Amino acid sequence: MSKWATFRDGLFKNNPVFVVNLGLCPTLATSTSLRDAVGMGLAATFVTVGSNVIVSAIRRAVPNRVRIPCYVVVIATFVTIVELFLGAYQPDLYKALGIFLPLIVVNCIVLYRAEVYASKNGVLSSLLDGFGMGFGFTLAVLLLGFIREGLGKGTLMGYPVIPGFDPVGIMVLPPGGFLTMGLLLAFFSWRRLKSKEGKSR
Amino acid sequence: MFAIVIGMVFVNNFVFARFLGLCPYMGLTKEMSSAIGMGMAVIFVMTIASIATYPLYSYFLLPFGVERVLRTASFILVIAALVQFIEMLLQKVNPALYKAMGIYLPIITTNCTILGVTVLNIDTFVKDGKAQPGGLVGSAVQGFSAGVGFTLAMILMSSVRERMEMADIPKPLRGIPIAFITAALMSMAFLGFSGLIKQ
Repeated sequence: MSKWATFRDGLFKNNPVFVVNLGLCPTLATSTSLRDAVGMGLAATFVTVGSNVIVSAIRRAVPNRVRIPCYVVVIATFVTIVELFLGAYQPDLYKALGIFLPLIVVNCIVLYRAEVYASKNGVLSSLLDGFGMGFGFTLAVLLLGFIREGLGKGTLMGYPVIPGFDPVGIMVLPPGGFLTMGLLLAFFSWRRLKSKEGKSR
Repeated sequence: MFAIVIGMVFVNNFVFARFLGLCPYMGLTKEMSSAIGMGMAVIFVMTIASIATYPLYSYFLLPFGVERVLRTASFILVIAALVQFIEMLLQKVNPALYKAMGIYLPIITTNCTILGVTVLNIDTFVKDGKAQPGGLVGSAVQGFSAGVGFTLAMILMSSVRERMEMADIPKPLRGIPIAFITAALMSMAFLGFSGLIKQ
């Protein structure tokens, strides 16, 4: 696989959220506004890239039996870096993301990429794979944040977009998150079914 | 104490209000039996993890001033070691119980509900860098009731999904999408509990 394809794989074809159905909790919880969505997406991207690079660099030194605890320690280190950084420079975002910032440690996407990809491939490919998966996740959170903030508050990034629009408050509450996610997943599976039908004809 | 229980089971239910533990919620609710097994295992591990991490934070990390740097890393390691230990202990002491919930124990380590509840305990019971009195009991109760709330959500969802197997659902909606829409309706119902306690 070429380097560009490695990167693109995580964005669309194997999007971690919509296709593999991983990392659902932070996707739903931090998509109430676009600003939180950007923060969460970039934080998770940083952790995925960092842990992918380190895991790939140490993949020959780690004995097979204790690999999972080793990966978890590497991931926890990067999460702590993000936590301290955001706490110092972006306190508002730090507060808004709340417990979902330390919970990046148990975000399945990060461990999944470490185990499936980085532990078997070189450093450069793992770096690109981390960026692809991280941006794929960011894309998913942004899409949900766009729909939910737009409909739920009538704003985007905090700025009003449609004058005189009466916001649908439920969209920023938990039920709106579940509903948006369900409908988006249904849409993507409808697209897949349709393209399959088109090929068999 | 009562407010904590009601709050964690109904008002701030982990699945419906906080979006925690969605992976097992979507993955293990196809059958009632697996939903109950996972729920019980989560209650068990959550309570023990709460009891273990609270003293770790307030008596080791806080006095040495490393609580911000080491919280996440030390908690996840303690939880991983604890789950492994519980698994070995159950296998020896109570094989019947091990059979019922043993297969769910390894997946619990990377379940965000467990780490979530331990971090939440710290947020609730440690104020301004000082452990509050009664924090240990409070953490244990909070951990236990969060597990009960999670189990309640699992059982509700699995009983609906067992019936949905028979229904004629449009093809693109089958499986996870319809489960999400069902969850949306349930969490709307759970919003009705939000007046029960003062936030």
